Amino acid sequence: MNLTLTDYLTILPAAFVALGGVLLLVVDLFIPQNRKGITALLSAIILAGGLGTNLALGGAAFPAAFNNMIVLDGFAAFSNTVVLASGLAGVALAFQYLRRLNLERSEFYALILFSTSGMLLLNQAYDLIIVFLSVELLSIPLYVLTGLARTVNNSEESALKYFLLGTFASAFLLYGIAMIYGATAHTNLPSVVSAITDQKANPTLLLIGAALIVIGLSFKISAVPFHVWTPDVYQGAPTPVSGWMAVSVKAAGFTILLRLLLMAFPSLSTSLSAVIGGMAALTMILGNLLALVQKNIKRLLAYSSIANVGYLLLAFTAYSNPQIASDALAATLFYLVGYGLTSFAAWAVVTSMEQAEGRGLEIEDFAGLGRKRPLLAAAMAIAMISFTGVPPTLGFWGKFYIFRTAVESGALALALIGLLTSLLSAYYYLRVVVVMYMKPGEPEVTSDPWVNLLAYASAAGTFLLAFFPGSLLDVAARALIKLF
Amino acid sequence: MNTIPAEYYLILSAILFSLGILGVLLRRNALVVFMSLELMFNAGNLAFITFARMYQTISAQVVVFFVMTVAAAEVAIGLALMVEIFRTKRSIDIDQMNSLKG
Repeated sequence: MNLTLTDYLTILPAAFVALGGVLLLVVDLFIPQNRKGITALLSAIILAGGLGTNLALGGAAFPAAFNNMIVLDGFAAFSNTVVLASGLAGVALAFQYLRRLNLERSEFYALILFSTSGMLLLNQAYDLIIVFLSVELLSIPLYVLTGLARTVNNSEESALKYFLLGTFASAFLLYGIAMIYGATAHTNLPSVVSAITDQKANPTLLLIGAALIVIGLSFKISAVPFHVWTPDVYQGAPTPVSGWMAVSVKAAGFTILLRLLLMAFPSLSTSLSAVIGGMAALTMILGNLLALVQKNIKRLLAYSSIANVGYLLLAFTAYSNPQIASDALAATLFYLVGYGLTSFAAWAVVTSMEQAEGRGLEIEDFAGLGRKRPLLAAAMAIAMISFTGVPPTLGFWGKFYIFRTAVESGALALALIGLLTSLLSAYYYLRVVVVMYMKPGEPEVTSDPWVNLLAYASAAGTFLLAFFPGSLLDVAARALIKLF
Repeated sequence: MNTIPAEYYLILSAILFSLGILGVLLRRNALVVFMSLELMFNAGNLAFITFARMYQTISAQVVVFFVMTVAAAEVAIGLALMVEIFRTKRSIDIDQMNSLKG
């Protein structure tokens, strides 16, 4: 097998970030304890470099590289951009926070880089083995990051829960891949597809395998009924880690789930689309209902992220309807961007409210924020309005496009559930806004320039991009041109 | 030469996988849960090897080495987490992991 330059170019973004992480671990040894800001800066530079290479290479159409193991198409490049940008946002959230809470361990940045490289590989995976390996590469550093605040009981407990359930999910994924291999004698996606279209595949094993893979990945994106770990982990993990993984893991997980189902297993759509539709309905309903009763803001945002996964799952209604598949994909990418910006605005405000591990996180603690820090409160208000799906925000357009594809593919009931649960969600999102502006209080807020910047920038993005939804959707749609 | 039919291995692997699931769902000691998870991984490995022998390919046998490496990395993380928790709580019983709920 001869490797050519394009092979290396295809994995360049992921390789850049992973090698950067290894180098960072070494370089960090020579940085004195009181100047760890340099480590944070270096990790941000590595992520920005990865983003740059990804954007530079994303436009070129490379054939699948490394014997069809890795592909860098527009779809992967778009998700890579989301993942790398949220990595940068994660570093911005964490830098001062870690120092303030005495959690400053410089492995943090290397672990973020390793996990990010796993997500990039997952976006680009073209072989089921790469899917498994990159899921592990993204998960194992995440388990450590969740338990970063060790000796704090909540953090350790959430890390163990995440670890046990995450590994459980990986085992399902692995067994599913083994079954697909058994059915088709290949793990390579194009070969799997051609084995299925040539009717050479064993249908029973194929169905079992695809179902197990869907279960395994549903854990990672926290779709109901595989969501139980999410609130505990988001509450127990250090806040920047929760905010970062709420966006990036879901982006990578949805990318690979869409790639697998729409590309490799369209023949199973009759059996699987009903299951995924049911999962979407359950996720929308349960995520929103359980969010109603939360008092802790991190748990509230965790359930909100579950509810958003429900809306994203509506994209799979196009599964049984290939002619609108690329519309559904574009709507999903659009929704992911809107969800990412909105989430980071909300999590940045939560990060600056948190004064000690777990302190300052009840919704009541936000009382008086509107008077004390009007800009932060405005960012939070925009985030909550966007999560609810009220115009003019990206959240509104995201839901609009997703519901539209659901209606076009004939899933009226699901779109209706989505609309009703969005109405329901107004109660708990707007409660935060009411507490911020109407209730008197003296909140303790830290002024952290990077977190402030992130909050303002994401909130401004959520608000301003909502005036040009068409052009953003065009970017997403253009990313997908060469996919089908 | 008589060889054991591939179906037997597949059935064994399915049984191991199910035992692993039952262990994860029923046992309360985090260490035993973790051992059940390893059982599930090895059930996957056994299935891979069986299919590799059926199809006479080498690639799926290499996969097993990857999986073993990943499992080893997970052992390192998992045991470290359990040691940390045991230091603070003096127990790794999953039922006592209840400070986060709601």
